[in-house]
Amino acid sequence: MSSDGTLNYLNVTHGLKSWLLTLDHKRIGILYLIGVSMFFAVGGLFALLLRVELLTPEPWFIESDTYNKFFTLHGVVMTFFFLIPSIPAIFGNFLVPIMIGAKDMAFPKLNLFSWYVYMVGGFLGVGAIALGGVDTGWTFYTPYSSGYASSQVILAASAAFVAGFSSILTGLNFIVTIHKMRAPGMTWFRMPLFVWGHYATALIMILGTPVIAVTLLLLMLERGLGIGIFDPKLGGDPILFQHLFWFYSHPAVYIMLLPGMGVISEIISCFSRKPIFGYNFIAFSSLAIAILGFLVWGHHMFTSGQSVYTGVVFSLLTMAVAVPSAIKVFNWTATMFKGSVSFSAPMLYALGFIALFLVGGLTGVFLATLGLDIHVHDTYFVVAHFHFVMVGATVSAYLGALHFWWPKMTGRMYPQTPARVSALLTLFGFVLAFLPQFVLGYLGMPRRYHTYPDEFQLLHVFSTAGASVLGVGFLIPAIYLVWSLFFGKLAPANPWFAKGLEWDIQSPPTTFNFEETPIVKEEPYAYDGPLPDNSEEVLKAGENYGV
Amino acid sequence: MVSSSAAVAGHDDHHHNPHLAHHFEDLQQQRESHALGMWLFLAQEFMFFGGMFGAYTIYRYFYPVGWMAGSQQLNVTIGAANTVVLLCSSFTMAMAVRAAQLGSKKGVIQQILLTMFFGSVFLVVKYFEYYEKFEHGLMPFSTLGLEFTNVVKEVPGAQLFFSFYFGMTGMHALHMVIGFGLFVWVIIHTLQGKVTPEKHSVVENMGLYWHFVDIVWIFLFPLLYLLGLNGEPVIGVHH
Repeated sequence: MSSDGTLNYLNVTHGLKSWLLTLDHKRIGILYLIGVSMFFAVGGLFALLLRVELLTPEPWFIESDTYNKFFTLHGVVMTFFFLIPSIPAIFGNFLVPIMIGAKDMAFPKLNLFSWYVYMVGGFLGVGAIALGGVDTGWTFYTPYSSGYASSQVILAASAAFVAGFSSILTGLNFIVTIHKMRAPGMTWFRMPLFVWGHYATALIMILGTPVIAVTLLLLMLERGLGIGIFDPKLGGDPILFQHLFWFYSHPAVYIMLLPGMGVISEIISCFSRKPIFGYNFIAFSSLAIAILGFLVWGHHMFTSGQSVYTGVVFSLLTMAVAVPSAIKVFNWTATMFKGSVSFSAPMLYALGFIALFLVGGLTGVFLATLGLDIHVHDTYFVVAHFHFVMVGATVSAYLGALHFWWPKMTGRMYPQTPARVSALLTLFGFVLAFLPQFVLGYLGMPRRYHTYPDEFQLLHVFSTAGASVLGVGFLIPAIYLVWSLFFGKLAPANPWFAKGLEWDIQSPPTTFNFEETPIVKEEPYAYDGPLPDNSEEVLKAGENYGV
Repeated sequence: MVSSSAAVAGHDDHHHNPHLAHHFEDLQQQRESHALGMWLFLAQEFMFFGGMFGAYTIYRYFYPVGWMAGSQQLNVTIGAANTVVLLCSSFTMAMAVRAAQLGSKKGVIQQILLTMFFGSVFLVVKYFEYYEKFEHGLMPFSTLGLEFTNVVKEVPGAQLFFSFYFGMTGMHALHMVIGFGLFVWVIIHTLQGKVTPEKHSVVENMGLYWHFVDIVWIFLFPLLYLLGLNGEPVIGVHH
């Protein structure tokens, strides 16, 4: 993309083959960006169709069977093919080696292999759609999924199973890279918090994902061979499926969230021009969330045959997750306090993240409360809660990362004004789409229902309107980012005047990132106050930087 | 953040060493990375089997008598003999690693072939064991037309035991078969002269994998076979 003649990872070789066989972690990150964007579009399309269908209390353009398939495919695609790989596989791949001063990930071939595994998983998922779809919900609960559903359960489960291996291998690569590839002077506590976030995420990927793999495998064996692991007719226990499923799938929420939190730490510090407040606390709270995340799965079974004692223990452990989460929010806020805050597009997304995560996280504490959860279990309240965390927070972080590192990845600047507008639009659209769902859920609207009483219609219409605005908010960046690839101004090495190794090298970087292995002598986030507003450099970059 | 003038290792210094991948600084870093990567892979394998062992444990608690009855259908003698065969394969695998450390190409290939031999014996024995279960109506694969008809069906949980027996030993056998594929790859690697005393992570990691698969069996043998020795015969014991 660079047209100023310098060699970089994008123009060093050409042709499809040079991309499909690349071992460069940055190119692999771009390959993931393409794949993930594709599946995001598919998942988003299904979401919009669902919202349009829910405009009326009675079915109006799809049948109930189709409705069930649409929400399942929306969930499967968004969870396994967008949210879980999004930030780690794209930005983690691209940035973790650079941020620690390495030339590549520890296992470049494995890295490429995991992209292919991911794509195979994705196409199995699309195949499941093409061959008639699945109607079990993304959770594949037994015994419906194993014995009764007459849709493409095995194909959809195998898609998630295969995608899981991609996730495991990516996590493995991160941990080895972070342990063994750090440049001299890059001590553990000089690593950017983005890297800490990915380290914690990788732990979950390696220790959690195999459990969902074996669970889905047992489900497929039960459905395909008729063995009775979860089948009550043969003495099996369907609740066991739920336990095994959530042992991974709850920590998976933190796979979606922790890398995003790493992104937010980078952006907040940069656009407040202050060192991050409480570095150690943020780093360790990532690990704390990863560990606690493994001890809370039972809160998904408060109403499905779990002893009250177990419920109480899981309730308390779940509330404990609020502590490290709050530590992060307090530290980000304290970083901005008396900082020199500017509102570039990445910063707007980061602020949106904090607002939405606050609501999503606090309603999580409501849901951890046993008594309240009995009332709102499996209602739109839960749907709104996890969309605030997984869509509101994670997608904000994802778009924030895209806007923050886009100049580094592509060598091009995008226009600030439409970027800021779309950041505000997504925030507004999101709140309009999901705030009414808290009310709907509290009033008793169950999730996954195709029809509803007339008095809920107004709130549903609000929600659909918000989803439409959200869709536009996602569409605008797609347009100006693609536009910027061809017509955007060339990006300097460090358009945001940010700290970190990735900003010390050219945009886009060369294939091996560094000419010479860097020696790190500085603490992370060594920001030293506001930019001098008369510096020529700043004035020149003013339009992009937003000062 | 960076003092770019001071380079610790010139980028081109190590390009003469054909054993060092471009993105590593030295052989030690490369070796340590390969070892750590393998251990992490085994950690995920541990969690994978852990899911099944966990489910096994829960049902063992739900159906102690059914588990006993199921276990008593298994042939302890054959299981024990097969355990010894597998332990022999672990020994030869360790010898292959030793040969790699000493730089003996021939030794590596010989010992891996021996390991594959013992592994094959194990799988052949497993085949006949499975066949025996088939004859006795102990296969719970109803959608394949293999109904669980054995009299032990009367004991609640016994059929479930066999779901786990086939699930767990099947998954173990699948890991062995994958191991065979990897063995072939390691042999080719060795023949190409890519295994040397200073770089033999491939053989080391192969050894770790194979020992892990053996350790899984070391747990499966008591949990599946020896369990039934612990009490009075429940029903329809064949052995």
